Amino acid sequence: MEQAEPEASPRLGLDLDRAVQAAAPDAVGDAVFEVEDLNVYYGDFRAVQDASFTVYKHEITAMIGPSGCGKTTVLRCFNRMNDLIPTARVEGRLDFQKVPIYDPRVDPVEVRRRIGMVFQKPNPFPKSIYDNIAFGPRVTGMAKKKSDLDDIVERSLNRAALWDEVNDRMKDSALGLSGGQQQRLCIARAIAVDPDVLLMDEPCSALDPIATARIEDLMQEIKNDYTIVIVTHNMQQAARISNRTAFFTAQLDSTTDQRCGLLVEYDRTETIFSNPSDERTENYVTGRFG
Amino acid sequence: MAKARLIGDRTSKVMVQAMERRATDVRGRVFQITLLTTLLISLFILGVLIVDVVVDSWGVLTGRPGGFLAGTMRSLSDDPKLGVHQALVGTFWIAVFVAVLAFPIGIGAAIWLEEYALKNRFTRFIELNIRNLAGVPSIVYGLLGLFLFVKSLGDLTGGKSIAAAGITLAILVLPIVIITAQEAIRAVPQGLKEGAYGVGATKWTMIRSQVLPYAAPGIFTGTLLSMSRGIGEAAPLLLVGAVTGRLGSNPSFFDLSAINAEAFMAMPVIIVEWVQNSGRDPGFAEAAAAAIVVLLVFVILMNAAAIFLRNHFEKKRG
Repeated sequence: MEQAEPEASPRLGLDLDRAVQAAAPDAVGDAVFEVEDLNVYYGDFRAVQDASFTVYKHEITAMIGPSGCGKTTVLRCFNRMNDLIPTARVEGRLDFQKVPIYDPRVDPVEVRRRIGMVFQKPNPFPKSIYDNIAFGPRVTGMAKKKSDLDDIVERSLNRAALWDEVNDRMKDSALGLSGGQQQRLCIARAIAVDPDVLLMDEPCSALDPIATARIEDLMQEIKNDYTIVIVTHNMQQAARISNRTAFFTAQLDSTTDQRCGLLVEYDRTETIFSNPSDERTENYVTGRFG
Repeated sequence: MAKARLIGDRTSKVMVQAMERRATDVRGRVFQITLLTTLLISLFILGVLIVDVVVDSWGVLTGRPGGFLAGTMRSLSDDPKLGVHQALVGTFWIAVFVAVLAFPIGIGAAIWLEEYALKNRFTRFIELNIRNLAGVPSIVYGLLGLFLFVKSLGDLTGGKSIAAAGITLAILVLPIVIITAQEAIRAVPQGLKEGAYGVGATKWTMIRSQVLPYAAPGIFTGTLLSMSRGIGEAAPLLLVGAVTGRLGSNPSFFDLSAINAEAFMAMPVIIVEWVQNSGRDPGFAEAAAAAIVVLLVFVILMNAAAIFLRNHFEKKRG
C-alpha cells in the first residue's frame, strides 16, 4: 500500500490534491477499478447497461442516481457480492488493479477480503464487540496470536473513531450499540482485514445527521489509506465528500421494454455539480428530476 | 373543560371532544373473544385428557410408582411385578436412534438445500417430495421398516429389534427435521451472511460462524419436538414387531446387547397392549393410564430439554 500523503491542513491538502489532478486528471491517482462495457443481468433482466468508468486510488468516488438505476448493483460487482444472487450475471471488463476479478481463476473470497464492504443497514454480528472486529482477521488467518488480534481490534476501532466509546465494554453484545455506533463498528470490522478498497452502500441512510457527519469525517480521514466507493441518495453528501461522481439513471430499454441502469456521466464532483455536460445530470443534481 | 380552555380555539375543542368519545369497537371485541374461545377449547380438551388419565392411574401412581417403573409385562393386572421398564428402555433407545440418525442427516440435508443447492426445478422437486413425505401416514413407514430393516437388513438390525424400530422412526421424523431446520436456516438475515462474506469468509466459515449459531435455537426446538412426535408413534412399531404378550428378557437401560436383540417393547405399544387386555382383565385399564402418564412425563422432559437448549443457544446468539 502507498504511503499516506503528507499531513497538511485538511483544506490545503484537498485543494492541492484537486489542483494537481485538474491539471493532469489521470496522472496522480492510479486506477483501482477499470470498468469497461459492464453489463449486469438478473436472469433475463438487464440491470446495468454498458457502464465504463475508472475509480482512482485514495479518492472517494460517489455513485448517485434515482432508485433502480443500478448503482448498488455496480457497487456489488466490485467485490463480487452479486455472486450471492444465483441469477446474477456480469459481462464486460472489470479490472481491480489490473486483475480481471470475474476471471474464473480469481477467488471471490480473496477479492472480498481486499475489497471491504459497508452495508446500507448496519449489520453487526450477534456477537460481542470484540468478536465482531476479530471475525475477519480470524477467518482470514491474519492474526496468529491473541496479542496481535487485540492490536488489530484496537487499531480498527480507533480508525473508525469508536474505540473511546466502547473500550470498556468489548465483551458486550454489539447489538446494544446505537445505530451510528453499529455502522462505525461495521466500518471498523471492514478495515480490520486491511482491505485496499471500501465499498459503502448508502452507509448513512439509516442514521441521523450527527451520526452521518461522524461517518463522513471518518471517510475523509481514512481515504488516505483506502479507496472508497460510496453509493448515496444524498446529493449533498456526494458533493461534500467525494472527489468524483458517477451519475446513473434508469432508462427504458426499447428492445425489452424494461428499465435499465445507465451511467450518464462520470466526472470530477465539482464538474458534475456545477457544470455537468449532460442535461439529465443537471436536472437531477438541481432537483428537477428524481 | 380545562384542557380545551388551555388550547383555546375551536378546532382543538372539536379534537378534544372527538378524542374523549371512546368508540366501542364491536367487531374487534367479537374477534378477540372468538380467538380466546378457540384457545380455551384446546386447553380444555387437553385438561380433560390429563385429568382423566391421572385419575384413572391414581392407584398405581400413588401406590407403587417405583415398582411400576421397574416392573415388567405380566399376564395379570394384579401381578405386583407389572410395570413399564422394558417399554421405557425400548423407547429410550429408540429416541437415541432418532437423535443420532435423524438429527445430523436432517440438519445436513437442510443446510445443503438452503445454502448450496441451486434453486432450480430439481431442487424444488426434492423439496416438494420432502414435504409430501412429512405427511405420509406413519403406518407406511412401518411397512418400510418391516421390509427393509426387519427382513432385508435383518442380519444387521437383528430382525424385530430396537435398532430396526429406531431406524424406522428416524426415517419417519427425518422430513420434519429437514423442514424445520430449513425454516430456521432461512430465517438467518441476509445481512449477516453478506457481512461475513464481506470480510473474506469462505462459504463454510460463513455457515459455521453465522448461519448455524443463529439458526441453532430454531433447529433444536424443531428437531426435539419432531422427536417427541416420533417416540409417541405406535403404528409403525407394531409393524416393525414390538413384542406383544410376554417378553422374555428385561434388559437394563445400559445393556447395549438389547439393541439388536430379537424382542423389544416401547411405551406406545405397551399402552395399546394394555388397553386391549383391559377387556378380559379390567385392572389393565389403570396400568394403561399409568403408562400414558409415564410417556407424557418422558415427552415433557424431552421438551424441557428442547426449551433449555433453545434458551442456551439464544443467549449465545446475543
